[in-house]
Amino acid sequence: MGLENFLIVSAILFSIGFYGALSKRNAITVLMSIELMFNAVNLTAVALSRYVVPESLATAGQNAGQDAAQFLLTGHIFAIFIITVAAAEIALGLAIVIAIYRSRESVFVTDATQMRN
Amino acid sequence: MGPTMIGQGTEASLLVDIVFWVLAVSAIVSAIAVVQIRDLFRAALFLIMTLLSIAGMFILLRAEFLAAVQVLIYVGAISVLIIFAILMTGDVEEGSPSHSMRIPVAILSTLFCALAIFVSVSTDWNLLEPAIAAGQVSADAVEGVYSNTIPVIAKLLIRDFVLVFEIASVLLLAAVIGALALIREG
Repeated sequence: MGLENFLIVSAILFSIGFYGALSKRNAITVLMSIELMFNAVNLTAVALSRYVVPESLATAGQNAGQDAAQFLLTGHIFAIFIITVAAAEIALGLAIVIAIYRSRESVFVTDATQMRN
Repeated sequence: MGPTMIGQGTEASLLVDIVFWVLAVSAIVSAIAVVQIRDLFRAALFLIMTLLSIAGMFILLRAEFLAAVQVLIYVGAISVLIIFAILMTGDVEEGSPSHSMRIPVAILSTLFCALAIFVSVSTDWNLLEPAIAAGQVSADAVEGVYSNTIPVIAKLLIRDFVLVFEIASVLLLAAVIGALALIREG
C-alpha cells in the first residue's frame, strides 16, 4: 500500500464519475457522479499530503520546526474547502433540479431546453 | 510510533493492506453501481457506500478529522439531500437512461483513467518515508504534526488560509440564499 495505490483508486473513481456525469440523462445521477469526482479529488489531495514531502519541509531539513512541518497538512485543507464547495454545489444543484421539475415535470437534462433559441 | 508512520511490523502492514484492498474494491464497485443501476434510490445508497469507503481510506491516510467530516457532511447531509430530491421528483422507476454520447464518453473516460494511472506511476515523487530514512526530513517534526492533526489544521485554516476561509463562508451564505430563492413558490 503506497501512494500509487491511492492515486490509482482515485483515478478510477474520477473516471467513473466523469462517465456518469457526461453520459446520463437524469440530472440527479449527474449530480451524484459529480460528487464521486469531488471525492476522488479529495482522496488524491489527502494521499499526496500524506506521502509527499512538502517544499517547506524539504528546504528546512533536519531542524524543521512546527511552522515548516504544518504544511504537511495542506492537502487536508484543500479537501476541507472542496467539501465546502461540494456542499454548496449540491444544495444549489438540487434546488435547480426541483425548479426544473416544477416547470417541466421531468428531471432529464435533455428536457431542460428553456434557454434554447 | 517511530519515524515510520503506519504499521512497522509485517503483521500490521498485512492487515492494513487487506483493509485497503477491501475499501478500494467496495469504493470502485459501488461507484460503478451508482452510474449503472436503474433504480435511483439504490444508486443513492451505493453512493453512501462509496463515501464511507473513502472515509475509511482517509483513516488509513491518518486523516481522522477528514474522515469524521466526510461522514458528517457527505454521508449525513449530502446523501440525505439527494435522497429527498429523488423522492420529491418521482421518476424513480424510469431510472437514468444514457443519451447518445455514451460510447465517446466511455472511451474518453477510459483514456483519462489510463493517462492518470500512467502519470501517477511514472512520476518520481519525493516521498516522505525515504526522505525521513535518509535524514533529509526531521522525523520529530513529522511525528509532531501527525500525532495530533486537529490543532495544526485549525492553525492553517485561520492563519495561512484565512482569506480562503472567509470566502468559503460567503460562498455558503450565497448558496443558502440562492437555494431558498430557487425553490420558493411563485
